[in-house]
Amino acid sequence: MRIRFEKRDYRSKRIAILVPIISLLVSFLLGAIVLGFSHANPLQTYGAMIKGAFGSQMKLQYTLVKAIPLLLCGLSVGIAFRLKFWNIGAEGQYVGGVIGITWVMQFWTFLPEALLLPVGIIVGVLTGALLGGIPGVLKAQWSVDETLTTLMMNYIIIGYAEYLYINAWKAPLGNMGTVPYPKVAWLPKIWGRVHAGIFFALALVVILWFVLYKTRWGFELNMIGKNQRAAQCQGVSIKKNIILAMLLSGAIAGLAGVIDSAAVTHQLTKGVDAGYGFTGIIIAWMSGLNPFVSIIISIIMAALETGTDALQMKLGLPSAMGEVLQGLILIPLLAGNIFIEYRVLFIRSHKELSV
Amino acid sequence: MNMVDFITKLLAATLAMGTSLTYATLGEVYTQKTGILNLGMEGIMLMGALAGFTTAFNTGNLFLAMLMAMFVGGLFSLLHAFLCITMRANQVPAGLAITIFGTGLANFLGERLGPASNNFNLTGMNLPSTFSNIAIPGLSNIPIFGALFNVSILTYGLYILIPFSWFFMYRTKHGMVVRAVGESPKTATALGISVSKIRYLYTTLGGVLAGLGGACLSLSFTPSWNQGMTGGKGWIVIALVIFSTWNPGRVVIGTLIFGGITSLQFSLQAAGLKMVIPSQFLGFSPYLITLIALAGMTIINQKKKGSFASPAALGTSFAIDDK
Repeated sequence: MRIRFEKRDYRSKRIAILVPIISLLVSFLLGAIVLGFSHANPLQTYGAMIKGAFGSQMKLQYTLVKAIPLLLCGLSVGIAFRLKFWNIGAEGQYVGGVIGITWVMQFWTFLPEALLLPVGIIVGVLTGALLGGIPGVLKAQWSVDETLTTLMMNYIIIGYAEYLYINAWKAPLGNMGTVPYPKVAWLPKIWGRVHAGIFFALALVVILWFVLYKTRWGFELNMIGKNQRAAQCQGVSIKKNIILAMLLSGAIAGLAGVIDSAAVTHQLTKGVDAGYGFTGIIIAWMSGLNPFVSIIISIIMAALETGTDALQMKLGLPSAMGEVLQGLILIPLLAGNIFIEYRVLFIRSHKELSV
Repeated sequence: MNMVDFITKLLAATLAMGTSLTYATLGEVYTQKTGILNLGMEGIMLMGALAGFTTAFNTGNLFLAMLMAMFVGGLFSLLHAFLCITMRANQVPAGLAITIFGTGLANFLGERLGPASNNFNLTGMNLPSTFSNIAIPGLSNIPIFGALFNVSILTYGLYILIPFSWFFMYRTKHGMVVRAVGESPKTATALGISVSKIRYLYTTLGGVLAGLGGACLSLSFTPSWNQGMTGGKGWIVIALVIFSTWNPGRVVIGTLIFGGITSLQFSLQAAGLKMVIPSQFLGFSPYLITLIALAGMTIINQKKKGSFASPAALGTSFAIDDK
């Protein structure tokens, strides 16, 4: 008997929903095996993780606070992925956003206090857009490989940020970190730890959904991702759209950094590269680039992080367990994608095939 | 310190650093030649570094450690091959997944496989023995170039592997098959070549070499285990493949340049230059130079109408069954 894959003529919605759910179950099963090998009871571990992520109001708030930058980074990466532009630079663009807002908070002291936050947000977002635009232009003009340029830029931007918070912008006291932003320029909290950034993120979900699914530009982006040649024949400018999409992608990653620093950290300091940009890649991929689905996925990924923090404290498991689980979520999903696009045919023997 | 001494030392440091990169880059060249892009190198190298270190730590046998690193590297790239070839997953996210999973698992196991006395942590443990430099009498005393003959056995291995790989790729019939699969899988199929088989084979071989590259770090370059000790080298490898123009014979050029810049940065920092240039700038300079060189290289390539182009089918999935 032989197994053959045949391309589906149309995509079944039921399977498109079923496959990610089954993939997720498979990943938790694989995770259980890894846990078993490291002498941890899988059920107890997963239980501790869920409790650590959602177990109390404060824990839920903590998870939501993490989900905000994750959601934004997922949206950012998702726009680029739509064009099959593999932006893995959201991490650097995020840090760029933090550098932008910190610059305003530190040196634009001539501004009236009420303007500090809005101007800081704009400058941070523009910094992110600029940093996303560079690899966009390199790709569009000269087809320089974007995975590498975005990745190399991560190292450069994170290194530069380190220079800023250790040398150039260091606060007079302590050995690293800038002076905290003035309190008036902090993003307000709305429910415990949860801050107003959540409105930015949710509003952006709606806006992006509308732009991507209901406007001509969204249609063009989709077409480029699906079939570049066909898009070109339709008169869609690929160069222009790559640059625009990357400016937007960088801007949103920058916004993620701006919001997190204006609401949570209030300064540029060590740990600014918290990995939200990298997790954003997973979120974008898992959500099938759909902004609304991204909300659920980013909460799951945030819960995975806060949950593993709890594991580390309670069960003494290494923090890298979170990364292992992230990888284990991605792999079955990637493998499962084939069932969405192809039908599986079981063929008895070679002879029947040739008839 | 006079100039000759400085250059000799720099060359020696470059060779030590470049060895790991060269093995992994060679591996990625083999993989990409068949049309498979493996962005999982960072994760595979780190797994190789861990597998090598833990084997050497427990058995004291360096060659067994090398083999184990190669085996684990092969296993991880086999997973990549399965995702990309059998399950026809997109090669970019598949590679990213391998990197995330590989780095995560390596860091996780690093805190599990150590001795109980160190809280099961491998960090901070010392190896009973490491690959040390072997000086060839006479040759190693030549000024500057003597550094080439006072290296570890891992580096000597490259002196054989690189010319062999070039010869294999461009002067043997099987090398032609490999290139055909990467350039035009359709034509290769028509010639009776099993594209999937060749892709599986060389993707796995690529991971074997990347695993060895990782072990070079933990057994020889910095004999220790540290979380994320590859520090982005797996990504540099992908850039170095482009500098090599997919020619195994030229792999060494990129690794010498990158290894050279990184070593130079360390010696400049040691020499106190950080008073003039902040250490963070020196720290990211290799990445900045890689970025500039990458852009420059790609633009030159295009002006030359792609004479150094990538394999035509790179990154695309292929299945005979497809309509």
